[in-house]
Amino acid sequence: MKKGLSKTSLNQLITYGIVIAAYIILQALRSAGMMTSHLAGLLVPMTYYAIAAVALNFCVGILGELSLGHAGFMCVGAFSSAIFSNVFKETLPGGLRFFLAFVIGIAVAALFGFLIGIPVLRLKGDYLAIVTLAFGEIIKNVLNAVYLGKDSKGFHVSMTNSMALGMEEDGKVIINGAMGINGTPRDANFTIAVIVLLIVLFIVQNMINSRDGRAIMAIRDNRIAAESVGINITRYKMLAFTISAAMAGAAGVLFSHNISTLQSTSQYFGYNVSILILVYVVLGGIGSIRGSVIAACILYLLPEMLRSLNKYRMLIYAIVLIAMMIINWAPAAREMRERFFAKFRKEAV
Amino acid sequence: MLSFLQYLISGLSLGSIYAIIALGYTMVYGIAKMLNFAHGDFIMIGSYVIFTVVTTLSGGSIPGLLVAIVCCTLIGVTTERIAYRPLRGAASPLAVLITAIGVSYFLENLALLVFGSDTKSFTPVVSWSGLVLADGKLRIQGVTIITIIVSIVILIALQTFVNKTREGQAMLAVAQDKGAATLMGINVNRTISITFAIGSALAAVAGALLCSAYPSLTPYTGAMPGIKAFVAAVLGGIGSIPGAMIGGLCLGIVEILSKTYISSQLSDAIVFGILIIVLLVRPTGILGKNIQEKV
Repeated sequence: MKKGLSKTSLNQLITYGIVIAAYIILQALRSAGMMTSHLAGLLVPMTYYAIAAVALNFCVGILGELSLGHAGFMCVGAFSSAIFSNVFKETLPGGLRFFLAFVIGIAVAALFGFLIGIPVLRLKGDYLAIVTLAFGEIIKNVLNAVYLGKDSKGFHVSMTNSMALGMEEDGKVIINGAMGINGTPRDANFTIAVIVLLIVLFIVQNMINSRDGRAIMAIRDNRIAAESVGINITRYKMLAFTISAAMAGAAGVLFSHNISTLQSTSQYFGYNVSILILVYVVLGGIGSIRGSVIAACILYLLPEMLRSLNKYRMLIYAIVLIAMMIINWAPAAREMRERFFAKFRKEAV
Repeated sequence: MLSFLQYLISGLSLGSIYAIIALGYTMVYGIAKMLNFAHGDFIMIGSYVIFTVVTTLSGGSIPGLLVAIVCCTLIGVTTERIAYRPLRGAASPLAVLITAIGVSYFLENLALLVFGSDTKSFTPVVSWSGLVLADGKLRIQGVTIITIIVSIVILIALQTFVNKTREGQAMLAVAQDKGAATLMGINVNRTISITFAIGSALAAVAGALLCSAYPSLTPYTGAMPGIKAFVAAVLGGIGSIPGAMIGGLCLGIVEILSKTYISSQLSDAIVFGILIIVLLVRPTGILGKNIQEKV
């Protein structure tokens, strides 16, 4: 029993080790001037895609439900934290402000995850995927049309234009409709991003190996059997979905504090982004947290390394994704693999 | 009042296009029990084929449409054979859905590679300029009328096919119970292939009509209409052919009216809001049947 425990904790330590080693190598390369400024600028995005991939993998691989709305949770986290940072830009010191921005971004994303989870988790499979996609698109579209301003009297919200806010002289527009949020302090850097990634990994890995995590995976493997041994299905599904949304929100906070103009466009928060993150998750291995981190980092940086392949990159990802799904999940492929390994085992004996 | 009528008619036209796409969705979902996420991209491929035949080969619209129907049918059947059939009966229900997303991703990026990311201006398939009623105050475009007529013809043809022919009866049997259908001597694989062929052919027709009404073509043209058509299929009751028609029409009208009277930016949000409400209040849709889950 004890041996098994140490094995899982060793497994966890390997993941942290890989992240820290990669961080040290990349930082060393950067300080040695061996990295173009373009590449250095990709380090923070790479990390938040890794966080988003871990968040989605927790939903797909551990909870067993496909969400296509994680870009929406990123969007909520990004906007709520950017609003906070803009309001307190002058009044709070940088470090404390960014920490509180994280707290707010994560809390708001978790709240949205919880509220959306109530209706969504009553569905399953295809319907759940499409409805999460629908929620993600709704979030994106609404944030694209909303105007928010603040003056001495407090906040003003409008859906028409910035003039309709009706603010005092000292008023400042924070969300300018489709123009988004301008001038968020660029608090995010690679070190903070990696620390957030490590915290997320710590939470997820411990969660998976806890009583709660085993309950969630039991629901994934057989809902009816899990229910009959007394696992509260709704509670654990909500728990997992909310945590997953909160982590996507953390990725969103990093996003909004690493970009000068935050806009709620399809390029950043459309369902295509959710699908891109899903590609990272599937290629890294569904259910493998470490795989998600590695896949997200490599697949994000790869086009920069191999510029000649850039044109074909997405096409190759798609083919690999389809091939992996068939090899891993097709009944015929599984049978073949089992037969192969059985033969192998016999020879070994 | 006349302007409202005008919007209602363009809503009907858009709704008819959604209906044609939704018919393909609903048949595939009803019979193969899978969400073909790539269905919207079949539309896009069909439109590019027509565009190539008309513009590059200067071959005319009708031959273009025929070539597109053949191409889409082939793509649909091939996709099913290569990507979806091996996963039938997979342990995880997500496997085939993720594969379908992969196929969608593949087709979009293939089109991006072959045709480029620039917007192509599509030559409308329908050249008839349409009707002018009420002393020029009410203008109905030719493509609008053709779209509505085509969708009704397709609906009647499909209903007849499913209810009156042997192949159609086989589809109903497979939809109800694959195992029992096999025992009755029905070739399930063949039946599902035929379903994909019909669905994909309809996608080509929908592509021609969609791009005639909204003549700008990019690799992502089909994605959003595809998802909205799925919403329409769910709204009407997935698996039901008349349901897809009703759902499509409702959705098209709601979309155009909300674009006009509420906000053009929020119309997508409203359409998706309908999906959420339908799934919460009546998950089986307007005409769907209720199926109890068995242990």
